[in-house]
Amino acid sequence: MNPKLSNRVAITVLYVIASTIVVILAALLGYIIISGLPALSWHFLTSPARAFTSGGGIGIQLFNSFYLLILTMLISFPIALGAGIYLNEYAKQNWVTSLVRTAIEILSSLPSVVVGLFGFLIFVVQFGFGFSILSGAFALTFFNLPLLTRSIEEALAAVPDEQREGGLALGLSKWETVLHIIVPAALPTILTGVILSAGRIFGEAAALIFTAGQSAPALNFTDWNPFNIASPLNPMRPAETLAVHIWKINSEGIMPDAKAISSGSSAVLVISVLAFNLLARFVGHRLFKRLTAG
Amino acid sequence: MTKLLEIHDLHVYYGQKEALKGVDLSFDEGGITALIGPSGSSKSTYLRTLNRMNDLIPDVTITGTIKFRGQDIYAPQTDLVTLRKEIGMVFQQPNPFPFSIYDNVIFGLKLAGEKDHERLDQVVETSLKQAAVWDEVKDHLHESALSLSGGQQQRVCIARVLAVSPQIILLDEPTSALDPISSSQIEATLLKLRTDYTIITVTHNLQQASRISDRTAFFMDGEVIEVDDTKKIFMNPAHKQTEDYISGRFG
Repeated sequence: MNPKLSNRVAITVLYVIASTIVVILAALLGYIIISGLPALSWHFLTSPARAFTSGGGIGIQLFNSFYLLILTMLISFPIALGAGIYLNEYAKQNWVTSLVRTAIEILSSLPSVVVGLFGFLIFVVQFGFGFSILSGAFALTFFNLPLLTRSIEEALAAVPDEQREGGLALGLSKWETVLHIIVPAALPTILTGVILSAGRIFGEAAALIFTAGQSAPALNFTDWNPFNIASPLNPMRPAETLAVHIWKINSEGIMPDAKAISSGSSAVLVISVLAFNLLARFVGHRLFKRLTAG
Repeated sequence: MTKLLEIHDLHVYYGQKEALKGVDLSFDEGGITALIGPSGSSKSTYLRTLNRMNDLIPDVTITGTIKFRGQDIYAPQTDLVTLRKEIGMVFQQPNPFPFSIYDNVIFGLKLAGEKDHERLDQVVETSLKQAAVWDEVKDHLHESALSLSGGQQQRVCIARVLAVSPQIILLDEPTSALDPISSSQIEATLLKLRTDYTIITVTHNLQQASRISDRTAFFMDGEVIEVDDTKKIFMNPAHKQTEDYISGRFG
């Protein structure tokens, strides 16, 4: 085969592979959204689920998903930021650092169902948190920390060393340089990482089944005192999320419109995750432009 | 009379390798001193020792004395913040922070706790004027400094150093990443500053050294071969090596 021909063959093969991926994605998204769209309505998005009769919604599950997401981020972001700063700015190249890096890699490759069972044993049983949003948030933190740490570390590493020298030459301490120059400079990339991992958390089910639980008790959306059991903000209540709801309906749903609800929930979930991805691009891009072009 | 910056028998080692082999090169107040020499002659190492930027490099050993206004800058009680405020530095690659021009210039002052807006405004204007970039940026002070051209960025970096009113400004090949027009603007800026500040610049550009500096030091293999008035160095060097380098026979 002459070089020209082999080049053409290679390009054709790569085109075919690339378009196969796009087609699979488009088919998947199209199927989920089209089959779920008829079920979507304001009523569906806001009303509570029903166990035996049709006409239930996903209001509570949707709220739970967002609340759990925010709580998880509140716990995991400061830890990941600290770890990322340590690894990129302070850690020396020695066995301790490589141990930490290996630990992070292993943590990120743990199957989420294992993380869920671990969270069940530790938080639900040992710490006595019960099936609760708090248990779920801690389990998701385990699940989220490695990737978030990695993406923050990479964002910091992308800031040129000249910026660090510039800070030090102005008499800033190393910590001040990190705090006032490096982290702000890396902010757009960090934010993109945060939003992308938010999409992953939002769609996570396996880690939550045994930690945040599979039931969604009725909530009183006029009661915002986090200590009341019916309050949406109470972190100690069991909270079925949207992804868990989909799993549950499909495995044991007995309401007559189970199929429609499952399709509708899937569509909402997929659209939300897509929105997170688009938001990540948009916000990251905007922030970058604001920082670079004024 | 004590010198502004007095360096005696300065050795710098990176691990086992001796980068500076006993340098005595001191500075009086005012004027521009150019440090020239072939690549690897440790002129940048020397420059970075003067404001302790070399401290950060692992395995570095520094011996000898560097006295700034009679005070040993490597003494344990030296406050690095004060030292680097007195001895500012401009780098080869323009490195404005990814903030607005205004915030870049006031960065050092703000961190030192200055909050008076009128004073900050005033410092921004004076510093940018001194750095000869005011007219170009005065209408968009609150836009990102990264949107400027390389030459403008470098002059904003100079303004950032001037804003904390240093005694000495160190420049590490400040124009080597810039186009000729920007370079000549930086040179003009430095010439304007030479009466009020003591400027020490590393340069690979011999024409630049001869155009702007009052005094030139020729470095080779970690030693100062010759230091004298720039005219003397370029017209009538005392050492064969200096003459060879200046006439382009090596380096």
